[in-house]
Amino acid sequence: MALTGIQIFKLLPGTNCKKCGSPTCLAFAMNLASGKAELDACPDVSEASREKLSAASAPPIRPVTIGSGATAIKVGGETVQYRHEKTFFNPTGIGGLIEDSKSAADIAATVKRWQALQYLRVGLNLRPELAIVKGGPNLAAAAKAVVDNSDLSVVLYSEDVAALKSAAEALAGKNPLIGPATAANYKEVAEVAKAAKVPVWLKAKDLDEVAVLTKGLKEAGINDIVVDTGARTPKKVFQDSVAMRRAALVGQNRDYGYGTITFPNEITDNLALQVPVAASLIAKYAGIVVLSDLDGAVVFPLLLQRLNIFTDPQRPMTQTEGIYPINDPDENSPVLVTTNFSLTYFIVSGEVEASRVPSWLLIKDSEGLSVLTAWAAGKFSGDDVGQFVLKRSGIVDKIKHKSVIIPGYAAAISGDMEEELPGWKVAIGPREAAHLTKFLKEFSVA
Amino acid sequence: MAFQVNTVKYSGKINVIPVGAQKINLGGQAAFPFYDFEGALPNKPKLALQIWDMDPGESYAAPLAAAYEGVLGDPGTWAKKAVEYGADMVCLTLKSTDPNDKNAGAAEAVAATQKVLDAVDVPVIVFGVDNKDKDVETLSAICEKFAGKNLVIGPITDKNYKQIGAQALAYGHTVIARSPIDVNLAKQLNILLMDLGIKPDKILIDPNTGGLGYGMEYCYSVMERLQAAALLQADDKLQQPIINMLGEEIWKTKEANQKVEDVPTLGDQNSRGVLMEVTEAVSLCAAGTSLLVLSHPESLKIVRYYIDLWADGGEIKGDGYLNVPITPIA
Repeated sequence: MALTGIQIFKLLPGTNCKKCGSPTCLAFAMNLASGKAELDACPDVSEASREKLSAASAPPIRPVTIGSGATAIKVGGETVQYRHEKTFFNPTGIGGLIEDSKSAADIAATVKRWQALQYLRVGLNLRPELAIVKGGPNLAAAAKAVVDNSDLSVVLYSEDVAALKSAAEALAGKNPLIGPATAANYKEVAEVAKAAKVPVWLKAKDLDEVAVLTKGLKEAGINDIVVDTGARTPKKVFQDSVAMRRAALVGQNRDYGYGTITFPNEITDNLALQVPVAASLIAKYAGIVVLSDLDGAVVFPLLLQRLNIFTDPQRPMTQTEGIYPINDPDENSPVLVTTNFSLTYFIVSGEVEASRVPSWLLIKDSEGLSVLTAWAAGKFSGDDVGQFVLKRSGIVDKIKHKSVIIPGYAAAISGDMEEELPGWKVAIGPREAAHLTKFLKEFSVA
Repeated sequence: MAFQVNTVKYSGKINVIPVGAQKINLGGQAAFPFYDFEGALPNKPKLALQIWDMDPGESYAAPLAAAYEGVLGDPGTWAKKAVEYGADMVCLTLKSTDPNDKNAGAAEAVAATQKVLDAVDVPVIVFGVDNKDKDVETLSAICEKFAGKNLVIGPITDKNYKQIGAQALAYGHTVIARSPIDVNLAKQLNILLMDLGIKPDKILIDPNTGGLGYGMEYCYSVMERLQAAALLQADDKLQQPIINMLGEEIWKTKEANQKVEDVPTLGDQNSRGVLMEVTEAVSLCAAGTSLLVLSHPESLKIVRYYIDLWADGGEIKGDGYLNVPITPIA
């Protein structure tokens, strides 16, 4: 539970020595409370105070890093139940299942196919990150085949502690998540994890046992924990997920302050039906969802959903300023200019594409504002847009004509633009993107 | 001590809206979606299929055209097909009346509605083209012609609520109040409609649904905030069930229309579009919808099956659902 500045102040030495960089201990306490300072900056704080403070300042849901490199993810670390309260920070990891009974060649082919599932969107690379390697005796070899043939991060899944141990050793430096730790084996799994310095996932029978196992693992020296509540029906897995989040944030119950791993692939064999399971869990709080296989038809919808749910609502998504060719345009194709709000870009580019009219779409930086707002805020003014079209964008090197289409909502800037663009025709497009097809089909460049 | 979930006390609930002459109930939630451990959720989200009043032609996504082969262009048989596919309701969209397209008149819109009502025995949504003047012309005529049928009429916005609202009130229909993804504007429009005399149980909120990957998150959060206002703060100006027109948002996206040969990483086109629709439907269920307007019958089948298990419990045992072919990637 977070302490106030005054509560923190009482735990500090009170010497006002300034060694921490703050003028007084009270000022330092205030900075600690608001997260602007680190306790380590104080050289004189007592051990007892340090323990109290670090326990109190720990996040309510412990963030755990899984994997390494480009596919490393964080599970946990969330602070709210609803994205509009602040934001969700750590997007649900998406992974596919690899059985260790498969041949190395099969595994290699599968993970190469999975690694190809990457989609660039609003400057982000959307992709599944994980391979969940499940089995026993061949676990290490299968896990090795995954990392040798892809950059996917690995979750190890075996009841056989010896197999987990050798697989964790084979993945040294790759930081796999290992498990399941259960009531029967959690002490041994903890030893393996401590030796390999990797996080552990536990599998409980129910929510009661979750607390037993998290406490047990903690006593055994494991802090980086991910929880499987054991639920394997659509209703139970969803409600357990909600219960975990509520227990951590509302109940401030440390035993439940962990991210979760869920197994849509163990809820149904049908890959299509795993999608609604995963979608309900991406919406509500899962740290990882595991599918039986990964394919664009399944993964792409979930990646879009994840992008939407985990986008920071306090910051608009933007598209990079520049030239976007649509439908193979040439030097006589029309040129459209609009703002860099990602929705504006998506909708306009979608409609232009649907029109099948080859076109150049220019995206001008408007600080992520939509057309009407950008125009009203002076981020899409005639001089500015005119300069952008003529100089900064580089479109003049690609076309032979001198005409540009502006959004209907920014019609008022056409006069100023014409002054910036002598000899150009500034055409006013429709207000709604939905009318672009008709407009483009009837439009001819000057 | 056994684990106890931290529960929330709700002080309000969503109105129950009986739609159609059949009086199918929408809404009634007294807890957040699928949180039946802390409040009653009497009605699961209902599922409608969207049909057009004309042949959509080449702009219609190929998987949809295949699903409705043979009925496109005839709203009566198309509606019947939608009901055969399991739709709770049919949403007739008056695409032909778009002034930027065919600009058909009120008489044609009335005739199309008549065909649908003659063909099916489920509640019918009649949806305009979100053009404030044209929708007044067509929807007013439809309200009058089908007096007492309790159609669901929309979209009604702050630009035309007086005209269409008055007609819906006079002839006993339910209205869809559309506002641009904003809690306060939704409330404002509800107040205007109630001031006109429309009863709170005759209004649905349309938050203006964005497509998956195309702004769904705005709608999602507005819906969560609408639910919070209705249930936690008991704001009686916001206790209307929510309708989401998501199917057409999905199927008009670039990605739903790309062929797998062109983009193997997007997978089988039919499965991809269906699962995009399913994913958005499930997201909107989690955000508190009461009525989803879908396009593809396979999406409806999956979403229906999933909502039942999600709400009632039980294991997934379904056979005969979509089989996703795995696309090789060279």
